[in-house]
This record gives sequence, C-alpha cells and structure tokens, in this order.
Amino acid sequence: MKAVLGLEDGTFFKGRGIGAEGTAGGELVFTTQYTGYEEALTDPSYRGQILMFTYPLIGNYGVRGETFQSDHMQAEGLVVREACDHPSHHNSQRSIYEFLEDEGKSGIMGIDTRMLTIKMREHGAMKAALLVGDDNGEEAVRLARKQPDIGSLDLIGKVTCKHPYQLKGHENGGNIVVMDFGVKRNILKSLNGRGLNVTVVPAATPAGEIMDYEPDALLLSNGPGDPQQAVNGISVVKELAGELPVSGICLGHQIISLALGAETYKMKFGHRGANQPVKDMKKGIVHITSQNHGYAVHPDSIDEKEIIITQLNANDRTVEGIEHRSLDISSVQFHPEANPGPLDTEKMFFDMVAGKTGKIIT
Amino acid sequence: MPKRTDLKKVLLIGSGPILIGQAAEFDFSGSQACRSLREEGIKVVLVNSNPATIMTDPDMADAVYIEPLEAEIVAKIIEKERPDGIIAGLGGQTGLNITIKLAEMGVLDKYNVELLGTSLQAIRDSEDRDLFKKKMESIGEKVPRSKAVNSLEEAEAMIGELGLPLIIRPAYTLGGAGGGIAHTREELIEITTRGLERSMIHQVLIEESVIGWKEFEYEVMRDRNDTCIVICNMENLDPMGVHTGESIVVTPSQTLSDTDHQRLRSTSIKIIRSLGIEGGCNIQFAERDGEVRIVEVNPRVSRSSALASKATGYPIARVTAKIAIGMALDEITNDITRQTPASFEPTIDYTVVKIPRWPFDKFVTADKHLTTAMKSTGEVMAIGRTIEEALMKALRSLDVDMFFGYREWSDDEIMDILRHPTHERLFVIYQALRNGMGTDEVSGITGIDRFFIRKIQNIIGMEDSIKDGLEVSNLREAKRMGFSDELIARLCRKTREEINDMRRDAGIVTTYKMVDTCAAEFAAATPYYYSTYEEQCEDIPTGNKKVLIIGSGPIRIGQGIEFDYCTVHAVTALRELGIETHIINNNPETVSTDYDTSDKLFFEPLGLEDVMNVIEKERPYGVMVQFGGQTSVNLAIPLKKELERRTDLDTIIIGTDPDDMDIAEDRERFNSMMDELGISQPDGGCATDYAGAFRKAQNIGYPVLVRPSYVLGGRAMEIVYDDKDLKRYLTEAVRVSKEHPVLVDDFLDNAVEIDVDAICDGKDVLIGAIMEHIEEAGIHSGDSACVIPPQSLNPEILSKVRDYVKKIALSLHVIGILNIQMAAKNGEVYVLEANPRSSRTIPFVSKATGLPLAKIAAKVMAGHTLAELGITGEPVMAHVSVKEVLLPFDKLPGADPLLGPEMKSTGEVMGIDYDFGRAFFKAQWSAGNQLPLTGTVFMSIRDEDKPLILGVAGKLQDAGMHLIGTRGTAKFLAGNGIKIDVIYKVSEGTPNVVDLVHEKKVNLIINTPTSKEAVKDGFQIRRTAVDFSVPYITTIQAAIAAADAISGMKNGNVTVKSIVEYHEGR
Repeated sequence: MKAVLGLEDGTFFKGRGIGAEGTAGGELVFTTQYTGYEEALTDPSYRGQILMFTYPLIGNYGVRGETFQSDHMQAEGLVVREACDHPSHHNSQRSIYEFLEDEGKSGIMGIDTRMLTIKMREHGAMKAALLVGDDNGEEAVRLARKQPDIGSLDLIGKVTCKHPYQLKGHENGGNIVVMDFGVKRNILKSLNGRGLNVTVVPAATPAGEIMDYEPDALLLSNGPGDPQQAVNGISVVKELAGELPVSGICLGHQIISLALGAETYKMKFGHRGANQPVKDMKKGIVHITSQNHGYAVHPDSIDEKEIIITQLNANDRTVEGIEHRSLDISSVQFHPEANPGPLDTEKMFFDMVAGKTGKIIT
Repeated sequence: MPKRTDLKKVLLIGSGPILIGQAAEFDFSGSQACRSLREEGIKVVLVNSNPATIMTDPDMADAVYIEPLEAEIVAKIIEKERPDGIIAGLGGQTGLNITIKLAEMGVLDKYNVELLGTSLQAIRDSEDRDLFKKKMESIGEKVPRSKAVNSLEEAEAMIGELGLPLIIRPAYTLGGAGGGIAHTREELIEITTRGLERSMIHQVLIEESVIGWKEFEYEVMRDRNDTCIVICNMENLDPMGVHTGESIVVTPSQTLSDTDHQRLRSTSIKIIRSLGIEGGCNIQFAERDGEVRIVEVNPRVSRSSALASKATGYPIARVTAKIAIGMALDEITNDITRQTPASFEPTIDYTVVKIPRWPFDKFVTADKHLTTAMKSTGEVMAIGRTIEEALMKALRSLDVDMFFGYREWSDDEIMDILRHPTHERLFVIYQALRNGMGTDEVSGITGIDRFFIRKIQNIIGMEDSIKDGLEVSNLREAKRMGFSDELIARLCRKTREEINDMRRDAGIVTTYKMVDTCAAEFAAATPYYYSTYEEQCEDIPTGNKKVLIIGSGPIRIGQGIEFDYCTVHAVTALRELGIETHIINNNPETVSTDYDTSDKLFFEPLGLEDVMNVIEKERPYGVMVQFGGQTSVNLAIPLKKELERRTDLDTIIIGTDPDDMDIAEDRERFNSMMDELGISQPDGGCATDYAGAFRKAQNIGYPVLVRPSYVLGGRAMEIVYDDKDLKRYLTEAVRVSKEHPVLVDDFLDNAVEIDVDAICDGKDVLIGAIMEHIEEAGIHSGDSACVIPPQSLNPEILSKVRDYVKKIALSLHVIGILNIQMAAKNGEVYVLEANPRSSRTIPFVSKATGLPLAKIAAKVMAGHTLAELGITGEPVMAHVSVKEVLLPFDKLPGADPLLGPEMKSTGEVMGIDYDFGRAFFKAQWSAGNQLPLTGTVFMSIRDEDKPLILGVAGKLQDAGMHLIGTRGTAKFLAGNGIKIDVIYKVSEGTPNVVDLVHEKKVNLIINTPTSKEAVKDGFQIRRTAVDFSVPYITTIQAAIAAADAISGMKNGNVTVKSIVEYHEGR
C-alpha cells in the first residue's frame, strides 16, 4: 500500500502503508524505547501526535492487549522503519498490522527514521500528516501545514473519562482520588496494587466534588498537550493544597507546578523513551526513568523558598521532580508506573503517594 | 562522589595470551582502562604475558611488565612498585583468579594494596557456585537446581536427584572449559573427571538442564552511589546448551515484550546490588514462556561487555576504571556525545549481530558440535537497520567460504545438525527452509525462535525475487537486506561489476549512519559509522589528506591479535604525521575498533565492495593493505584492479605494489627471482598429476613437504615420509590435477628455521630482528617458539641472512614491511618464503627490541625514509626474549595435540630475562606449561634424536630429576651412563605412561614421534598430557631448551623488570 509522510518544513517521505487507509495529522514526535510499543501507542498522552520509533524493528512480539494503557490506540499514527508481520511471542494475539487495522489507524514503514530524528533534534518537533493509500507528497505537506498547534488543542477533554469510576482496594486501604487527564492504566494498577481504593474523576471535576469522596490523597495524572489547557486542574490544586497530600505525574506535575506559581514551556522535541537519567538531589543516586513529555517546568520560575527541586534530569538538567517545603505536595515529571520502561522508581514514588498519613497495604 | 585523592598508583592485571574463551577483548578493555585512569592523573602499573597487545606498549602505562601471570610474580611486582590499589575486574578470569590468590596469600594486606571496584566477597559470591546459589535464593531469584560437587561419587548421585541430561560447569574456568552436557552416566563421569581437574578449586557444578530455553544477557553497571544502569541486553539465537560465546547473538533483544524485558532488567539491578559490584558485570538468564532462571553472573568486564561496548558505543571498561577510583556515573562524561553524563542507558536505532569464528578448518578431527564449552577463537559483529541486513553483513565478515547455499546436506544430515548444532547450523537451516520445511518446524527442532527463522525465510524470498528478474526496485530492497553485489550477481548470473554499475547508475549508494549511544537524540562527537541503504548519509568527508587502513577481521588461528596490533600502530603513526586515518574492520573485541583509535571507524565486512564503498565516499589519497594479515593482503590485487576500473577514483594502494606482493605469493615468479639473486631454496616443484607427484618426491628424496598450491596459510600442508604416505595424502587429503597442482618440496629435516622482520623504504633496509626458531623447520612458524637474539647461529649464517633479506627486499621493491622465513642447515641458508606484509611476529619483535616496527613501516609507506626517521640499524640488546605459543588442544576434544606444518596455535606469550634458560622458562610458565624443577620426566625419543637427548638427560639428572623412559630410549641412555627406569609403551600393557599421568606421577613428558604412523601411536600420550595439564614436549630442540631452562632455574631466580628497564639496560 502506498503511503507518504509530509512535514510542515515542506519535505515528504514515501514508504509503505500499514493499517487503515486514510490520513492522520498531528505533531510528529519520536521515542527511543526498544520495547513497549503496545503501551506507548495506547498511552493517552500521545493523543494529537504521530509517534515514531527510533528503534527500527517494531511489532516483533506481537500485540497482546494486557498491557494497554487505555482501551484504544491513542497516537494519531505510527512511523517505523520496519513493522514485523510475523511476530513471535507465547502471549501474542495479533500482529501490529492487525492491531492498526482493528483500531482504524494508519502507519507508514520503510522510511529513514533516523534522518527524521536528526531533523527533529535540529529543528524541533514538527507538524506532520500521514497519507496511507496515497503517496501525494505535496498533499501530505499541505495537510501537515494545516495542523493546529498542539498547545491550542483541548486534548485532555478528548481523553479524560466521562464519568467517575472506582477501583476497590483493601478494606483497610486509604482512599485516593485520581484526576484523569488521560491516565495510564498502570498508574491505577500501582495504586490499587497497594491496597488503595482508587476513585478516578474527570478532568473537569471541581475541588468540592473531589472532597466529597473523602480522599486521603489526590493524584494528578499524566495526559496530552499543554498543561495550561488544564484550567480546572490548576484551580483544584490551588484550592486543595494543604488540605490533603497532593501528587502528580508528568502533566500532573506540570499542573501542580503551575498552581504553585511556576511556569512551563514547550521543549524543542521533548523527552520520550525509557532511558532518561534522573538524579535524586537528596541521595545523589541516578535513576533510569520512562518519560513522555513535550512540556517542562521552567527551573528559574520555581520559588525555591517554597519549593525544592528534588529531581533533575542528568542529561539536560530539566526539572524532574519538586516537593513543597511545608505542604504535603510532590510531583515527578517522569513515569514511575513505567509500562513502557524501567520500574526503578515505581516503589519510591508509589509507596509515598498517599502522603505521610496515607494507608498503604502491600 | 569525586575521584579519590588518596590513590596515586594502580596495578592492572591483563589476561595473558589469546586462548579459546579469552580473545582480544581484554586488550581492548585493559588499554581503555589504562587511558581512563591516566587521564585522571593516576599512575598505572600493568602486567601481562602477552606481547601482542596494545596494553603492553611501553607508552600505555607508567610501567609495563611482560611477565608470567602468576601470583608469585605479580607479588614481586607489587613489592617493587608499591601500588595503592589493584583493579581485578579488567583482566578477565585470569585477572580475577590472580587477584583472589594475591589476597589469599596475604600480599594485598602486607603491602597495603586496596582492592578497587568489585570486592573479594562479590567475586566469591558470583564465582563460587554454592555461594552464588545461596545469594540468588536470598533475593528470591531462581537459579537452575544444582549442586556443587567435589567428587565423582557425588556427581553420580545427582542423576537420581535431577535426572539426565545434566550440565557440568567447573568453577573458576574460562569460557566454560572442561564443562559439558551429559546425556548418559558415562558422559557424566567423563566430563566431571575433566572438569574437576580443570577447576581451580577442584569443584564442578552439576546442574538441572535448561537446554532449549532461550538465553538472554544483560550488561549492568553500578557505582558507589548505588546508581545502576543497563548498558544493553542481548538475545542469543542459539538456546541454552550452546555457550553464549558459541552462539549467534543479537542486540538488543528482539522477542522479549516490555514486561519480559523490564522484569529481567529489574532482576539484573537487584542482582548487581545484592552482590555489591562496583563497575560492570554480565548477567545471563534462561527464559521459557515467562519462566526465568539466572544462569550466571560475571563480576567483571567480559567478551560480552566488549561486544556491548562496540554495539552501543558505551565504553564499559573506561567507565568501570573510573568507578573503581571512586567516581560516580553522573560525574563521568559520555565520551561519545561529550555533552551528557555516563549515567544513562544507551539506546540504539539499529540491530547488531555477532557470529563466532570457529577453527574447525584447522582441526579436521575435532568434535564440531556446539556445546556449553567454547571452541571458537574469535567473532565478528555487524550492524544493520534490520536483522537480515546485520546477519548478511556478519556472515560476510567471517571471511570463510561459507554462505547460504554453499553446500548441500542430506535429509538425515539436516535433521542431525538441526538437533545437534555445529558451526554449519545456520546454513543447514537455510537448506531445510529451501527444502520446504516450515519455520515453526525448524524453530521447534532447533530451539531458535521462529522470529529469527522467519528472517532467513525472508532472505530466501529475496533470493527468489532476484532469480525471477532483477530490477531497480528489488535491487534496492536486496541492498537494504544486506545482499552483496557479488551475491546478487551470482543469483542472476551477472558479474559483480555489472551489478555494481547498475546500482550506482540507479543511485543506490551506501549511506553511513553513526553509532552514537542515543539513537540520534543528541549530536555525537565520535565518528563511528556503519553502512546501510537509507536516505541520509551522516558521514561528511573532510578535505584533509586521508588514508584508509584495512583491518584483519575476526581472530582466527593464523590471523590473530598480532594483526590488530599492527593496524593500531599504523593508525597511530599516521595520526602522528597529521594524516587523517580511517579504519575498516569488523572485530568487536579489538583495540582497532575502539571509537577513539582512528579519525573515523567504519564497522564493516572486509569485502572488496565494502572497502570500495568507503573509498567511494571518503576518496582517501591511499589505502594500506599491509597490516591486516592475509585478509587485507588478499584484497590487494582485486582492489588494485577495481581502482583501475573505476576511473572516477584517484585512490592508490600505498606501499609495496600489489604486483610485487604477487611475486612473493606466486611460486614460479618468486623462484626465478631467487635464482637471479643466487639465493638457495629447498628443492621442489609443482606436480600436476598423480604420477608426477611421485616422480618429484622420489627425485627430491623423502621426507618431502606437500601442499596444494591454491591454498594459503599452511592448510592441508603435510610432511610425508615415503611413497605409502604420499599415496594416502593424494587420495585422502587433496586431489591433484592441472587446475589444482600440488607443490612438492624438499623437507629440510633437522634444519634451524629463521624468521626475519624487516622494513624497506626502497633504498635502505632495516632488520628489526632475526629470530631463531626453537622447533625445527617443518613446524609452522606460527606454532614455533622462537628467540631473539639467535642462540645457535654462527656469524657467517647471520651475515648471509642479513644479506639475503636486503637483496629480497630491494628486488621486491618493498615499501613498508617484509617478513622472510629461512632455514639453515649444514652452513647453508635456504629461503622458504617472503611475505611483503606485516607478520605475526611484529609485536614480539617490537617488545623485544623496543623498536615499533609497524609504526616505522607506516611512516615509510607514507613517504618518509628510514634515514629521515632517524632509524639507524638493527637493535642490539643484553636481554633474551623468547616467544612461546598457546595451543588450543585442551579446548577441542578429539583434536591431536601434535605440531606440524599447519598452524594450530591461538596466541602467544613472551618471556624476557638475561639468559636463554630463564627466558625460556618464563615463556613456558606463561604458556601454562610450567616446567618442573623436581619430580619425574618421561622420555620416549626417536632414533635420530637419540644423540642429542644425551645432553638433555644429563642436565635433567644433574638437576636432580628422576628419569623414566620406554625400552629403546632407556636402553640407549643407560648405555651412556644415565640412570633411568624402564616403563611400558602404551601398547605394551600396564603400568604405562598414561597410567602414571593419571596417577600424577609424571611431571614432564618428552615424546618425539618417529613417522606419521608413530605419530598416531603417540596421540594417546599427548592427549592424556593435555587433559591432565602435564607439560609435554614433542621436539628435540624444545627438549634441549627445557633442559637449559630447568638447569638455569636451579642456578638462579627469574628477573622481574619492566619492559622499559630491559630496553634501557637498567
């Protein structure tokens, strides 16, 4: 099947189409993880983005579904050097080709993905459009240029749950409310696995309603797009700060930072992968983390009288974690729940997530 | 935590000679560690017995000792140098074992030497099977059920407990030496006996079989802050049951899901933390459908870590050395990006395939099955964007006459090899698929994941597509799959040139991508490239004057680390001259493929096409083919022709003209040159039919040396002693015909063989050294011990040798390096062969004399004269240097441990001292052949050697040794006044020498066999000697040297001095 990927800079790349015929548009981003394509493609944080894997062979072990991070593929499209048509794994249910078709999503393979990575490293993440079933390069470029800025979109509204739902924990477990900006399933698993009763609420849920669940702690989830879009999230944190332990992951961390008066900015091409080194500023140890973000908290905007930067990225010294000096508020930019990626920080983060008073049953 | 300021001087222990199971990887890691420590201002003392290493170059460390790697010698070095610390984990198993001994002897405590990096306890916890098992169980991880046993009885009892088959792993050995898989009680007894003998602590592990499970490896690092990172993981194609060193390995893993991978990764980190390792370590897992067993942990850099370093660009040894002196991972810079710290996990955007290189072409009788013990001598690595591409490139890199479809097997043979893998397995899988067997069936029988079998099926599909008709579209796809022009040409019955022209006309040109540790996320500063066929080429040629040096590929018998040494020296020399120098090579274990050795590194196969692709891109001024051994020499003529064909390229071959190189290779042209020069050669000629061979042999007179004219490197070369022997050779070994003539030469028995390495600039000739072989002519020069300066050659002979070398060098118009082999007999000097290229003795000569020959040669080739370089003449020295070789017989069950005209050794060691006896003793000691100073010597000597053995027996008797001999030998010696007891020959009954060896009542065996027939009779004695590690000698010359060594040692002790102290006469 014919396919072409067009970029806003006017270049286009012809390859072989996989998955559904049609078009896809969004911001082209790359991730450097080898494994975990199932988890990444179903991660709601990739909404609005066409996901490219730098590792050339994707789909080797097929698709199972057990580690999906949401019910469906969330990325707008897929770009790979080679998608595996004959996967091999004892748990595999279908190939990545079948998965794309089932999801009605398009992908392209056979193109020089390393060249595209270098392009993004040099020029930043780019608007892109993918045509499958057609290889009109000019058309792909035209569509790419028509894509809206990712920061202008209400992506959270597309991926948050419509209604609250609960995951029962241990009878003696604490109650935690998770604000769903596009939560990854493994965050809920990590909480629930510690015996916590988890209540997931839509992103627009006001503070008062959250308190009605009598939570012991509040967690702001990951999610797609610009944290400035999470207007309700920011005001909930402002209102509930000091009322109960508040923590956040990724977009949740950015929302908390905004609520505490810091600023966020769009990075050149973000951090996406399973090898990001994060230094714990208290202990000196470096952890390898899973990451997926295109925005970050501006370190100079953090009021260090109030807030401690607890974690720094060892590569580029971006802010990876903060803690309030007096209030029970902390958050991390990386993904301790992994899936995909290393589990090195899972225990460290989730054992503390219920705050100093929270009850965790393991 | 910053680096420690209390450490001023550190001792590094090398790994000794190249052996099966321990190749060049430790020279790579050791020299990287030396540089890493010295850039932190730390003084490095280095000890290694292997002269053919870069790490033993005098400028690599502050003091370099080329001495036996024995704890008592290292103790003396410690006493003399007083280092503050010692790093154990960089010299392989040898370095680890010596460090443990030093600690146990109390040497480290006595001289206050701190063990840096990984602790003694961590080493013990991972090396001792019982402790390891307990440790793993304490952190809740599963190991295969097993028991460490110290006796045969205990081993047999395990059959009841765990059933058969069982795996036997000796504790503390290299590459699984002495281990194996026992399917029967008899096999269990046999392997356990061997394993107990081989183990340093007389212990083997009897283990539940996880044969057929998939095998994965993780390379992990940890610093003292407890930061842990995984450099990469690897998936073995071959399932458990095949040693990882014998397996085809792919990086990163392909068939693990993220859940599977993260589980193994987390476990790896848990393990390195629980063991408290500081630095790098290797963890091996067995996995089947989610079930996991931990197989092994190596608390040190290893062959796998070398592969991981080359596969990802992450310098594990460099970082390990810095961790050892107290630095944290985030304080160390990633040398590749130069902007990010070493505390990250590399990620790659290509796949890497490693394939081992086996020596079975040299050992026809050896058991060729791949088992839990290593048999391969080296390996190649290839990088591609797909498995198919990397696999096809790796296969080409092996430099063997094997490719998909190169031969056929019967159905029975196919089933047998699929079930019981040999080195041919991959090719057999190809044929099985071609014959219509399904991928699932092949996978089921072999235990190789069908993901990989499918890739071979894809290659078959591409072959068929080309056979159906070649067009630009499938040509492009074939190139992207790693098909060479030559293979495509063969498939569609065109010439290589036609395909090459067609693809270049179609704009299908090689693109070079960078190995950068980070999948292009950061800009990399280090130019390390691999070829692929994509859109963007990242290699941007500079406008500088450039030279491309062709490397030597995988370590194999006949082409070892010596050629990598020469390659590295040539690069260094040219860079000193300000010339931009590039390397093309494919061996992941070596220094030449380290990212900072050259200005640009192309990690590629060494085919004509691959070299031409680099030339086409970089347009170097010249190519050097003299340093990479036979692989690069063989490229000289084809490369010259192709460069002439490609009128668009100006590149030339620098140094001796390939036509002149060809004279040396071409027997007739060389003979007539020697005739003109009035230089003698052994009688001989070419036979083109059966009867002619007999006529030639009878005219010359037996014994004669016979070999096929079209095979290089001594393959199928033999000494035949009579008509019957010749008849056997001509029927069993080779077929003689017009197309394939056989060379018949006079075999100069009892001649002294001489090796000379020289450099010629077209006008002057520098003789590096004249080496006298200790074994007689007829033993391949690569297998012979030799000595500098010569010990028995008189001045007339030596001046004749010098005269011949000069004449030949000038007549061959040599520009660069030259090696000549000669034989001296009855006052006459005969030239056996001349090779206008670097030889395997270059490193030995350089270390013995202090003259860096390969560097000088490279500068001469770049246009400098010897006079300009200030090189005045042949070096003179007060010390004696002996080179001894390492033979792989202990690793190859079934192979006959006898030397002959075909080379069999894998590596070398050097002994230096102030007299021949002690230097020879040291060399033997380093070669693991420690000559006894007391005890019993067994002698069985052929008649023609008997006059010479008298002196040997006398010296041994004077040294207080007890002599026993076979009837004839004993009778002769007793008749000449030597006290000697008689013992049966093996065929005469018991007790015979084999029984005595079993009972450990013999300390040295001297057995010089008579003819081809008796050679076979002696097989059992030699094999037993090997299996029970008793030193054995098979030539009279070596016996004389041994007697000198033993009596020399009785009168004085060995000297322990650094190489510079010897050279400077201090």
